[in-house]
Amino acid sequence: MKRIAIEPVTRVEGHGKVTILLDAQNRVKQARLHIVEFRGFERFIQGRLFWEVPVIVQRLCGICPVSHHLAGAKAMDQIVGGENLTPTAEKVRRLMHYGQTLQSHALHFFHLCSPDLLFGFDADPAIRNVIGVAAKYPELAVQGVMLRKYGQEIIKVTAGKKIHGTGAIPGGVNKNVSIAERDALLKDLDQNVTWARSALKLAKDYTVEHLETLAPFGSFDSNHLSLVRADGAMDLYHGNLKAIDAAGKAIFDQVDYQNYLDYIAEEVRPWSYMKFPFIKSLGPENGWYRVGPLARLNTAKFIDTPEAEAARKEFVAVTDGKPNNITMAYHWARLIELLHSVEKIKELLHDPDLQGTDLVVKGERRNEGIGLIEAPRGTLFHHYKVNENDQITMANLIVSTTNNNEPMNRAVQRVAADHISGKPEVTEGLLNHVEVAIRAYDPCLSCATHALGKMPLVVELVDCEGKLVDRRAKG
Amino acid sequence: MAKPKVATTSLAGCFGCHMSILDIDERILKLVELVDFDKSPINDIKKFTGRCAVGLIEGGCANEENVEVLREFRKHCDVLIAVGECAIMGDIPAMRNMVPLKECLDEAYLNGPSVYNPSGQVPNDPEIPLLLNKVYPINEVVKIDYFLPGCPPSADTIWQALTALLGGKPVELPYELIKYD
Ligand code: SF4
Repeated sequence: MKRIAIEPVTRVEGHGKVTILLDAQNRVKQARLHIVEFRGFERFIQGRLFWEVPVIVQRLCGICPVSHHLAGAKAMDQIVGGENLTPTAEKVRRLMHYGQTLQSHALHFFHLCSPDLLFGFDADPAIRNVIGVAAKYPELAVQGVMLRKYGQEIIKVTAGKKIHGTGAIPGGVNKNVSIAERDALLKDLDQNVTWARSALKLAKDYTVEHLETLAPFGSFDSNHLSLVRADGAMDLYHGNLKAIDAAGKAIFDQVDYQNYLDYIAEEVRPWSYMKFPFIKSLGPENGWYRVGPLARLNTAKFIDTPEAEAARKEFVAVTDGKPNNITMAYHWARLIELLHSVEKIKELLHDPDLQGTDLVVKGERRNEGIGLIEAPRGTLFHHYKVNENDQITMANLIVSTTNNNEPMNRAVQRVAADHISGKPEVTEGLLNHVEVAIRAYDPCLSCATHALGKMPLVVELVDCEGKLVDRRAKG
Repeated sequence: MAKPKVATTSLAGCFGCHMSILDIDERILKLVELVDFDKSPINDIKKFTGRCAVGLIEGGCANEENVEVLREFRKHCDVLIAVGECAIMGDIPAMRNMVPLKECLDEAYLNGPSVYNPSGQVPNDPEIPLLLNKVYPINEVVKIDYFLPGCPPSADTIWQALTALLGGKPVELPYELIKYD
């Protein structure tokens, strides 16, 4: 048996890697994505004071810190009995969250993925990066940079700081949005709507044009899970849990996420530090699911902003209204959400509630809080217990990328089976195929592996005695 | 004349410091005119291609691989900059230094309320790296030339330090840019 190790961040730096076992005919026997980073957060947060949570937890992830900040804050709202936020507090938080989704989706699409789409999976790795994009498509690169910047500016206004802000506090927010701040953001709004439209068009056209090759690429049927609003609409900030199977049948719907433990569990496997969540009623074998933009487009009945809803209709038409199980369709779905975020930002900026002064509520003190949110990469779970001295005594986190652990493994297996199995040698282009499939999920690797999605790869072919047979590296 | 090279890496950090580098926004287009990026998670360069003028390090050392990467950076870079609290003091990852590592592993893989682990095994495969008992700031491992405080340091802080160094000038940061949050 031969072993191929694909190390996303090299052997010495590895945070996540892929191993593939081949038999004598080079057929793939096993393919695994290992997540090789461990934090210990659930334990070391114990003893800290509960109001520190929204500030501490975002240090788990600098790419989507606002998601952790808000999921932690939502859990702490319950500790202080303040979950019925004032309109100002809820809208400021929502604005922060849509700013975050905008910046994160722009970053993922333009900085990390566009090189694959623009230059091809097999392109020269020397140009297949954001600097290559800037050289060949300067206008597009500028749009990406500026869309992300706008998202960051919104976060700065609502959270006080672009990365690791302090805007949300238990029961509310620290500040409102002043007229001057609002007007400064409104000034650049229309330009960003235009850019968001053209980014979506790029992703859509690319997917539709290459549908034949993209549809089977790293794809498989799966369940899908997300939060949805009570009327079934997509809602990235708040909602109830909904899960559907690959054919679109509801597994459960409108489940209060306070009861998530009745529905979701996480399997531990010895070969990865990242756990494998599954729907309890279906068991670990069949209960795994996908989260994130693709899952959200599949679970939502509609989107409550006009342009994104029109785009959603085009999206579901491609699969005749059935759930879309195409891994590479994540990109298109993500860009629909990017436009949706900009539309939401527009709606919120015109809402006078942002200037309200009623910022915090309090109610009956409790000792347990559960906060969920739709982070850019999918459903994010935060669960805490607090003692009478205000200290955390239990923390449980299921981060978005963890929910996609099994699907990312399936994508790796599918690409390995389709593109590597039976081949006499592993080429650089084949390596990037594996990388492209993982990248579709936009893994929030700092929560797990720290790499920025754009992962350098090494593949080593080692024979059963451990002797190095062949080695290829990109870059 | 060849452009100077800049390399970056993330050890045990949250990637927020790299995000702050990207927050230089439009100036990033100017930066790529001034320098060539070498080994960095934002491109496909996996091994150093040559000597680098500046290495930016985010994060501390939490496992043996972090230590190896850090030593490799020291070897290949003229100037090493510790970017952010994790690199300077360990920050949030180092909060686990207050508890035995085993307790952290048990909490995550055995005791958590959503854990399903019938065999009671904690991840231990040879494919995943060994964790250090403690998280170390990087200046306890190699010599560091500059420290940029902040969690993360602001984009302006990073920009000013980098452009001063590349221009051969002394790094002088105004008081407002020195933050320890
Ligand atoms: S210093 Fe702060 S922003 Fe930088 S890696 Fe550490 S936690 Fe993240």
